Formats: sequence, structure tokens, C-alpha cells
Amino acid sequence: MRSRFTPLWLLLPAGIVLAALFAYPMYQLGLISVLDFTQAQVSGGQPTRFVGPDNYTRLLGDGQFWSVLLATVGFAAACVVATLAVGAALAVLLTRISRIPRLLLSLAAMAAWAVPAVSGSTVWMFLFDTDLGFVNQLLGLDGHNWFYGRWSAFTLVGAAVVWAAFPFVMVTLYAGISAIPGSVVEAAALDGATTWRTFWQILVPMLRPVLAIVVIQSIIWDFKIFTQIYVMTRGGGLAGQNLTLNVYAYQQAFASSEYGLGSAIGVVTMLILLAVTLLYLRTLRRSGEPL
Amino acid sequence: MKLRLATAAALALTLTACAPSTSSPSDAPSDGGARTGTLKVWLFDEPNRAPKEKVVQEAIAEFTASHPDTSVDVQYIAVDTRSERFKGAFNDPGSAPDVVEYGNTDLPEYAAAGGLADVGALADADLTADARASATYEGTLLGVPWYLGVRALYYRTDLFQELGLKPPATLAEVTSTARTIREKKPDLFGIAVGGKYTYAAMPFVWANGGEITDIDSAPARAGLKAYTDLIAPDNCPPQQCADLTGGKTVDLFASGKAAMGILGNFNRAAVDAGVAKGKYAVVPLPGVAAGSVAPAFAGGNNLGIMKNAQRPALAADFLTLLASKKYQSKMYDAMGNLPTLKSASDEIAGKDPFVKPFLDTIAAGTKFVPLDPGWGKIDSSAVLPTMIEKVATGKASVDQATADAAREIDAALTK
Repeated sequence: MRSRFTPLWLLLPAGIVLAALFAYPMYQLGLISVLDFTQAQVSGGQPTRFVGPDNYTRLLGDGQFWSVLLATVGFAAACVVATLAVGAALAVLLTRISRIPRLLLSLAAMAAWAVPAVSGSTVWMFLFDTDLGFVNQLLGLDGHNWFYGRWSAFTLVGAAVVWAAFPFVMVTLYAGISAIPGSVVEAAALDGATTWRTFWQILVPMLRPVLAIVVIQSIIWDFKIFTQIYVMTRGGGLAGQNLTLNVYAYQQAFASSEYGLGSAIGVVTMLILLAVTLLYLRTLRRSGEPL
Repeated sequence: MKLRLATAAALALTLTACAPSTSSPSDAPSDGGARTGTLKVWLFDEPNRAPKEKVVQEAIAEFTASHPDTSVDVQYIAVDTRSERFKGAFNDPGSAPDVVEYGNTDLPEYAAAGGLADVGALADADLTADARASATYEGTLLGVPWYLGVRALYYRTDLFQELGLKPPATLAEVTSTARTIREKKPDLFGIAVGGKYTYAAMPFVWANGGEITDIDSAPARAGLKAYTDLIAPDNCPPQQCADLTGGKTVDLFASGKAAMGILGNFNRAAVDAGVAKGKYAVVPLPGVAAGSVAPAFAGGNNLGIMKNAQRPALAADFLTLLASKKYQSKMYDAMGNLPTLKSASDEIAGKDPFVKPFLDTIAAGTKFVPLDPGWGKIDSSAVLPTMIEKVATGKASVDQATADAAREIDAALTK
């Protein structure tokens, strides 16, 4: 017998798992962010103290937090755009080349994807090393330090990020494009549409659900970037010029065991990402049929 | 509907019941714990650990011979992740070791966490006062200093002879000598310095009368300026040197790319492995006035007993043995670690002239980082390297950079 509670019953197992995995850690994060909670409190050397919004006012009143946040937003935006452009271009390329080159390209991309972030970053760092780097030897730039300038350092780290992230975009979009009936593309070609026009007016609208996932994933990944910055700029670059939010949080809070402040940064990051994601989903809904 | 309410209530109950985890430190057994069984020891891993391990094995053999039915389980922990390991041990008494080796700059953080036991009764009267002070937190000795490391000025004797230079006698002469070398030999750095090499920069500040806790004072600014002036095209260009760590300056000196370097007694093996081998000498880093010595940072490691050790009595015996004159001397022979016991260091000075400049540096008085749990925060958020790098790269003036650093240091220390 079906009652109107049946859906609830059926959702319960998933609900319990999600609550245990997400709601509880989030609750702890929020709780710790309003406490004075350092190593001394964790190991019981000092009592835990409720400090209300102190961690938040300390964070928001810190000028460096705002400049790091701005740098993070700009860096993440540039990385997302570059990753999508490279990924989408190569996905289209995959559909147009014959089997062997396609296999080779896929394999190369998979290899880049499979490299652990720490190893990948270290290899990039070695390539651009000041004294012994392959790039400097190739270009004859002896003693040029690529990580000296803020923009040059951000650009290099960005390139390493895109290199590691584009395969996911490429593979997902290639799967999406492959699922589009050939007749639609063929009809467009018969009507005289160029490749460029076919891409923007046929493929992109049909790929919207896949694109939405890829964009949101990329935003979340690139906003939370840590490994590449930490390894390649040795923990935030010269005088902290290449700090991003996650590295900053690690440096300010976790490395010095200020878990309360760290949790506050975590909560702020989560709220920003949530807001960006909701905004993006909303604009998508507005500009067309529901996803 | 009832069901949904019940679920919500149940959830709310579970959630409110969970406060963040806090462990209460169990006190060590007051009777000194079991006198038999396995003693757990944590020592630091080293790039070249074999000789250290050999000395420790000798100590264990001597210890187990005089303590029946005991064994010693030594774990060599990685220096990079020591902080996580120690925090874990403080939080989980069950897996905590009995005897630990720890870096003396980590002391205030561990002390504030309440993790280390008072070892005042074990300290030898022969310990030097500076060494004792570096292991004392709020009046309590929380570790027995095991060995010291200090830095002094290494220089290339062959280059100095070729260019007719004398080893510098003042800090100002360090700068002028470095510039002369760079001018005559443009492919060399006069003195290898780095923006991330805090323990090379601080002696300049200390020699001028500045302090870390008062970094925006006029003397401290003068010292910082003297150091950052070295990160310039006429000695060590910012492009190459602004982000160098201490380890990188060791590489530069060892590989013959720098004519001078501020390196520690513990860097001897690394230098001897490079082209500089046999072509260098060491003097104390000079101070502002001729004949004075710039105060060096008193780096070193202590041996401590964990507050939640299972066998504190056995731990005390093993610690006393390992920190004894006999094993300090053996550790010097194996690793080049400077002993903290005066008798042991006198003995070594007599047979190995290499240590003389380092012992002279120690005798002239050393300095230490602020003994405050806030130091961990200053260190991990890179306040001092950031300050040096800002000046070296021209991002800020000395006044501006020191004012910023002073604000952050004050905030961390008063918290």
C-alpha cells in the first residue's frame, strides 16, 4: 500500500548516510569556528572557551584576507576559463580525428590526469627552475627566476592547474558530444553552418547539463587550489604574493593549530562556493529550459 | 508527519550531544610505572641517519644490559611531519611514546599543550646556562638539552688568498668584502644569503641591538637593512636570492658558487661533499664592533619525557644515559652535533679545531626565539621571511615591512 510517506521511507537510508558524512562534519566546523580552539584545547591542556563571532571578526578585519580572497577569485576564474577552453577545444578535436590520433590524444590526457598533483607540480617546478631548469636552458635564460614576478608565478601555476584539470573537461564533453545524434550536426552542416557556429548554436545548447556539471566542478576545484600553489611557489611565493585562500588558511590556522580560526575560514569558503554555485545554476535556469 | 518529527528530534539529540573532541591528559603513574617491558622512544630522522642509529643502538645495548626484562623500541620520525605526530601523541595517550627528541623552538607549543613532563631532576649541573634556558618554559625544565647547533661564517680560503682579502672583522666588513669579491669575480656571489633564511638574518638584527619582539625599533631596522642590502645585484641579486632557504645557501657555498656563507656546524658534511672541500675556513660571524661576535641563534634538540608516558622511571634512566657526556661525545663523532655539557664540549675543542669558531660563538652568548606558544604561529605564517622578502624585492621599505611584521608578532604573542 502506498502512502504519501513512501518517498520519505525510501529516501531515509540515503538521508542517514548524507547526514553522517556531511551534516555532522559541517556542524562541527560551525561549532569550532565560534570557539577558542587550539592544540592546547584539543589535548586538554586548557578548557575550551566560547568566543562567539571573534574568529570571524578577526578574519574579516584582516587586510591580507581580503587581498588573498581577491587573488583567489581572479586566479580561479582565469583557471576555470582556460580549463574549459582547452578542454572543449580538444573535445571537439577528438570527434574529428581518426582512431589512432584520438587514442594517442586520450592517452596523453589520461596520463596528465593520472599524475598526482604533488608530482605534477614538482615536475613543472623543475622544468622552470632558475639554475638547472630545462626551459631556461632551452631559451638560454640563465638565472631567470620565473617565480620572482607575481603574474609570471601565477601564470605558471595556472598552466600547471589547467594541465592537470583539462582531461576531465575533455572526456566529459567528448562523452556529451558523442551522445548528440549525428543527424542534428549533419542537418546543420547541410544548412551551411560553419564549425564555429555549429559549436556555439548546436553543441553548446545541447550540452548544457554536462557543461553545468563541468563548470561547477571546475569552479570548486580551482577555488580550493592548494597543492600546486604550495609546492610550486614554496608556500605562497615571495613575501606571500601568490597566496590563495586555502594556502592562507593552512598557514594562518592549521599549521599553527588555530583550529577555531581555520574553521571560520572554512565556513567562509563554503558560503562563497555555495553562493557562486547557486547563482550559476540560477542563471542557467533563467536562460533556458530547466536542467 | 510524526515520523519526520521523530527523526528530526533524534537527529537534534545526537548533534547537541557532540562537542568537539577533547582528551583529558592522563597523569603519569605516580609510582614511576612498570620497570620492565618496552620503552617507546621517538628520535628525529636525519638525512644521514646511519651513524646516529649506530650510537643509539650502543646506548640501547648498555641500557638493556643494566635493566633486565626491558627492550627499547625506537621510532625515527620525519622532521617535516613532527608537529602532526606530536599532536597525535598528546591527544591519544595510548599511543604516546615515553622519551622524545624535539626541536627547542617547538618547546613553548608542546608546553602549552601540556604534553611534556618536568625533567628538572635529571639535568646535569654541567649544562651550560644558555642551553638550560632554551629548554625552560615558565620556570620549569621540560627537556634536557641534547645537542646544539649554531651558525658561523664559512669562507673560501683559496679565493680570499687570490684576491688578497682578510676574513671580515665586523658586519660592515662582511658586506664590503662580499661586494669586492662579486666585483672581481662576477659569476660568484660574495656571500650567499636568502630571503627565507631567518637564522642568518637574525644575527644581523641581534648584533645591532634589536630583538624579534621589538622588530620595528631603530636598532632592529638597522640590522634588517644591513642584511637585506646583501640581497642586491652587487652581491646576491634578488632574482636569485630573494627566495633562497638556508639549505639552498649551503648548496651554493658547497658547490663553489658563493665565496662566503652563514652555515652551521651541522653543515660540515654537506660542504665537504662539494667542491669547497678543503678550501674553506670558519670564523664566528662578527658583530658591529671589531672583535665582537654577532649573537647566533641557539638551535638544538632536547630530550624530553611525555607527561602521559607509561614508564616514566625507565624513561628517566634512558634519557639520562642518552644525554650523558659519553653519548654526547659519541653523537659528536657520529653526527657533528655540539654537546650541551661543558665538559664534553671542552674535550672536543681540544681534539678538533673545527669546532672552535662555533664554541667561541656559543661562549660569546647566543639568542633564542621568543619562548611563547605564539612563536609557532609566527613561524608557520612566515612573518619574518615575508618581512625580509618584502624589503629585498622592493615591495616595501624597511620601516613599512618591520611595522607590518611587528603588528603580526605582537598579535601572535599576546593572544
